[in-house]
Amino acid sequence: MVGGGSGVGSGLLENANPLIYERSGERPVTAGEEDEQVPDSIDAREIFESLFLHLTHLIRSINDPEHPLTLEELNVVEQVRVQVSDPESTVAVAFTPTIPHCSMATLIGLSIKVKLLRSLPQRFKMDVHITPGTHASEHAVNKQLADKERVAAALENTHLLEVVNQCLSARS
Amino acid sequence: MAAVAALEAEAPTGALWGLVQDFVMGQQEGPAGQVAADVKSGNYTVLQVVEALGSSLENPEPRTRARGIQLLSQVLLQCHSLLLEKEVVHLILFYENRLKDHHLVIPSVLQGLKALSLCVALSPGLAVSVLKAIFQEVHVQSLPQVDRHTVYSIITNFMRTREEELKGLGADFTFGFIQVMDGEKDPRNLLVAFRIVHDLISRDYSLGPFVEELFEVTSCYFPIDFTPPPNDPHGIQREDLILSLRAVLASTPRFAEFLLPLLIEKVDSEILSAKLDSLQTLNACCAVYGQNELKDFLPSLWASIRREVFQTASERVEAEGLAALHSLTACLSRSVLRADAEDLLDSFLSNILQDCRHHLCEPDMKLVWPSAKLLQAAAGASTRACDHITSSVLPLLLDQFHKHSQSNQRRTILEMILGFLKLQQKWNSEDKDERPLSGFKDQLCSLVFMALTDPSIQLQLVGIRTLTVLGAQPDLLSAGDLELAVGHLHRLSLVEENPQSWMAALEASEALASLYPAAFSSHLVPKLAEELRRGESDLARGDEPTKCSRHLRCLQALSAVSTHPSIVKETLPLLLQHLWQVNRGNAVAGSTEVIAVCQSLQQVAEKCQQDPESCGYFHETAVPCLLALAVQASMAEKEPSVLRKVLLEDEVLAAMVSVISTATTHLSPELAAQSVARIVPLFLDGNTSFLPENSFPSRFQPFQDGSSGQRRLVALLMAFVCSLPRNVEIPQLNQLMRELLELSCCHGCHFSSTAAAKCFAGLLNKHPAGQQLDEFLQLAMDTVESGLSSGPSRSQTFTLLLWVTKALVLRYHPLSSCLTARLMGLLSDPELGPAAADGFSLLMSDCTDVLTRAGHAEVRIMFRQRFFTDNVPALVQGFHAAPQDVKPNYLKGLSHVLNRLPKPVLLPELPTLLSLLLEALSCPDSVVQLSTLSCLQPLLLEAPQVMSLHVDTLVTKFLNLSSSPSMAVRIAALQCVHALTRLPTPVVLPYKAQMIRALAKPLDDKKRLVRKEAVSARGEWFLLGSPGS
Repeated sequence: MVGGGSGVGSGLLENANPLIYERSGERPVTAGEEDEQVPDSIDAREIFESLFLHLTHLIRSINDPEHPLTLEELNVVEQVRVQVSDPESTVAVAFTPTIPHCSMATLIGLSIKVKLLRSLPQRFKMDVHITPGTHASEHAVNKQLADKERVAAALENTHLLEVVNQCLSARS
Repeated sequence: MAAVAALEAEAPTGALWGLVQDFVMGQQEGPAGQVAADVKSGNYTVLQVVEALGSSLENPEPRTRARGIQLLSQVLLQCHSLLLEKEVVHLILFYENRLKDHHLVIPSVLQGLKALSLCVALSPGLAVSVLKAIFQEVHVQSLPQVDRHTVYSIITNFMRTREEELKGLGADFTFGFIQVMDGEKDPRNLLVAFRIVHDLISRDYSLGPFVEELFEVTSCYFPIDFTPPPNDPHGIQREDLILSLRAVLASTPRFAEFLLPLLIEKVDSEILSAKLDSLQTLNACCAVYGQNELKDFLPSLWASIRREVFQTASERVEAEGLAALHSLTACLSRSVLRADAEDLLDSFLSNILQDCRHHLCEPDMKLVWPSAKLLQAAAGASTRACDHITSSVLPLLLDQFHKHSQSNQRRTILEMILGFLKLQQKWNSEDKDERPLSGFKDQLCSLVFMALTDPSIQLQLVGIRTLTVLGAQPDLLSAGDLELAVGHLHRLSLVEENPQSWMAALEASEALASLYPAAFSSHLVPKLAEELRRGESDLARGDEPTKCSRHLRCLQALSAVSTHPSIVKETLPLLLQHLWQVNRGNAVAGSTEVIAVCQSLQQVAEKCQQDPESCGYFHETAVPCLLALAVQASMAEKEPSVLRKVLLEDEVLAAMVSVISTATTHLSPELAAQSVARIVPLFLDGNTSFLPENSFPSRFQPFQDGSSGQRRLVALLMAFVCSLPRNVEIPQLNQLMRELLELSCCHGCHFSSTAAAKCFAGLLNKHPAGQQLDEFLQLAMDTVESGLSSGPSRSQTFTLLLWVTKALVLRYHPLSSCLTARLMGLLSDPELGPAAADGFSLLMSDCTDVLTRAGHAEVRIMFRQRFFTDNVPALVQGFHAAPQDVKPNYLKGLSHVLNRLPKPVLLPELPTLLSLLLEALSCPDSVVQLSTLSCLQPLLLEAPQVMSLHVDTLVTKFLNLSSSPSMAVRIAALQCVHALTRLPTPVVLPYKAQMIRALAKPLDDKKRLVRKEAVSARGEWFLLGSPGS
């Protein structure tokens, strides 16, 4: 009702300042995107948006009731930490666990990985890892996430799949 | 004789006796209804029923007694209106007495009392006696839910009809009710009970010493914690209970001393819903409370609200907290004080200021926004609060602005200042002697100008908004300030690179120009005029992109500031002058330049519409000028210059059309009559006397054998005559209509024949029903029939038919069905079929230039629905009967009709069209595909059962279409694939693997919008039937 801010990309802000209500709005559709002929290459924002939406659900579902976090405080995934090269068919996503000892880091990583597997063309090679220096057992988690066999096995695990699917379900 | 009469009486009573026996002893339910019906129709009296029941009412076996009383009660429930006063007295005595009976009997007794409570013939005193008996004899909370509900109904009935008597009971009634509802658990009963308590309070029943008890017995449910069971047939939602309890709790200040501590406790709890409910209830209470009720709790309330806003976990809690603070402040502001009482508002506001001020000054700015929001919520409550807070906070913020040097910090501070200024605006309407802002005016202005010159776009934007708000304060800005402000706006709207900034500057100019026309006339318009002249010479030298955009912005700025009649008088001549320059060939201009000028003119015309004086001025100045330019351009010359041709291009004429129609729709009747008497003769007789600079090289005869250029100008005639109000009489109408009709079938120039057809249709639509209209229609029909039969102008004639049909469909003219049928017949025409199919789109859509509501055309609201019901069966039939090669035309026509129809209207009809729609999916035409997909998608969500039957076909066809060459079709097909997952899981699960495989391909589509749909559809299919979804 009062004050507030009107939207620009939060990337412009230095964030010392508490304009936490700013979120980059939905991506506007450009003329080029409506043109049948022009191909649009897969870019970081596209991937970031689909991940952000789904991580919102994820974090809500594993939120610690003692320390409720607002969506603005998440920053688990940021667009600057998503690197895509369409011609080379590679994606790299670095995510930041909510706290350095976050026990859910593997789960967050796994669900990002699954989301990417489901949303990207098969030609893509994907790399999901923790933003360097943000987690106590960064190395171990990264290793697990890079291990195809482990990821596949994790997804055979009904209980784990259930949690991941819950996070991915937009209906919740 | 007597014996016969006795027998006659005996016979029906005998039957009654049998029915009673069947019910009481035979345990059958049917007879009760029968008896009630008989009593209603007058076959028996209630007394006879009682007599027939006789012994069963006194039977020693309680079950039999209960059964007997049940029958009586059921009869009474249906026949209470037939009872006499004396009968009621006896019945009530009987029932009251039965309340002491066995517990098995009680439910039926209560039913009977409920029936009696509905009686009109109830002697005074009986209501009280019934209630006393119930309070005394029945332990309500040990009864089943239904019977408790009956007791509440009895009380509600009496409260509705015997209010005075019940009030005679004094506080005993309240106490009795408290005992009745104490411990109630069922949500259905609670809704009724809360309603009763609310009535007790609002109708001013005596609560006596039981205020606290009444509060206790209701507040124990606060906050409501209720989740309706799945498939709840009663449909009671949590929200219903919350609202009705809130109505009770917030209904009286007498609860305040008990309620406020409870609310504070619940705001402090950990549960989100409790916080929200408490804050909302507090908000509601403030409507009835005064300062006395709040006095003791203000510090705690403030502390709780502050904490919630500062450490908010949820935006809703924050919003509710702010709303509650707003109401509290408003409540304190309007409380009437006793002479000796202290005004709490000041101390409350001082408290808020004390807790929030220092946060505004912290260098890390951590809590600035929450603090500002709290202060603004309080300041928004009343003038006094606003003045108190603003006068304390504004100097602080002004100071802070200078202390911080970074643009984004300054922006935050300026945004807060803006918030306070806007609040100030809210209280402007009341006349005040002192204006709290005047002391800060100079500081505010210098700060805003600083923001306007800052490199940060965000700071500029806030600066522009602040400037607009400052300008809206009456008598605040001085002439000098305004000159500076206008200078800044000029710079921003012409030079600033960032589109956001210059758009904002244009908006601000628009708002401020209507308040300060003189400042803009003297400081901005001359600069823009100069800019325009420079632009003309630039154009003459050849386009340069940057200057060109600057020139366009100049045109936009001119139209933006034309918000005041006095400014229009300066800007309009400038714009027209500019057009003349272009036409004289003093500047090299493409069609874009002329179109841009026309767009500006059109915006000016829109701004003039509301003011009759400017509207007239605009029309009288601009329309003759545009017509003169066009007429001149249309004259055949020996060597037609490129420049003049520009004015006759389709797009340029279309732009002029919208200027002329916008300038015409709001014309006063006198001016319209005057204008129509000039313009129609111009076209029919070539009378150019009213045009400026009217020395034309040849005659203007668009309808005679004038050049094709002249004929094109019929579009301008259309713009004018089709926008006139309906009551304006058009001279020479008969001749005009004939000329239009002839021109419309004239082959050669598609543009002019279409314009003539549209003009004809527009006039037809507005013409009052009667002989003349019938003549015009007959004429049109003859022309259409002869033109369609053969000849070179078939396609022109078809266009005429289409527009005439549209004109009649819109006004529900009876002839429209005949014309529509003619149109439908053309669907199978080898030459005109495809055009006829597309024609349906035109019939169903809204036009922009003619036949619009704004242009006073007769457009019935439901014409699309009506067209659908009238014509779709015929279309479907036509489709089935048509030969294979023209079937797509029917499908296309149909899909145009379906597509334009509001979805809620369409949905119930779709299942009957389903087989056709499935066939349409295989139609190669992408328009048909797209519209069919968009019909099927909601159907998948709304009618899954019907759709499940066709799942196999749907899967195959959707997947085929997901690789269509048309991007829109691919998107729609993927949306349908997504919607398929909403069908019952067992139906679609067998397709899961196939779908996931097939959807991998569109994930790599070259278009992002397609990929987006593919990602969400594929994700949904992955979840189908897996754990956790």
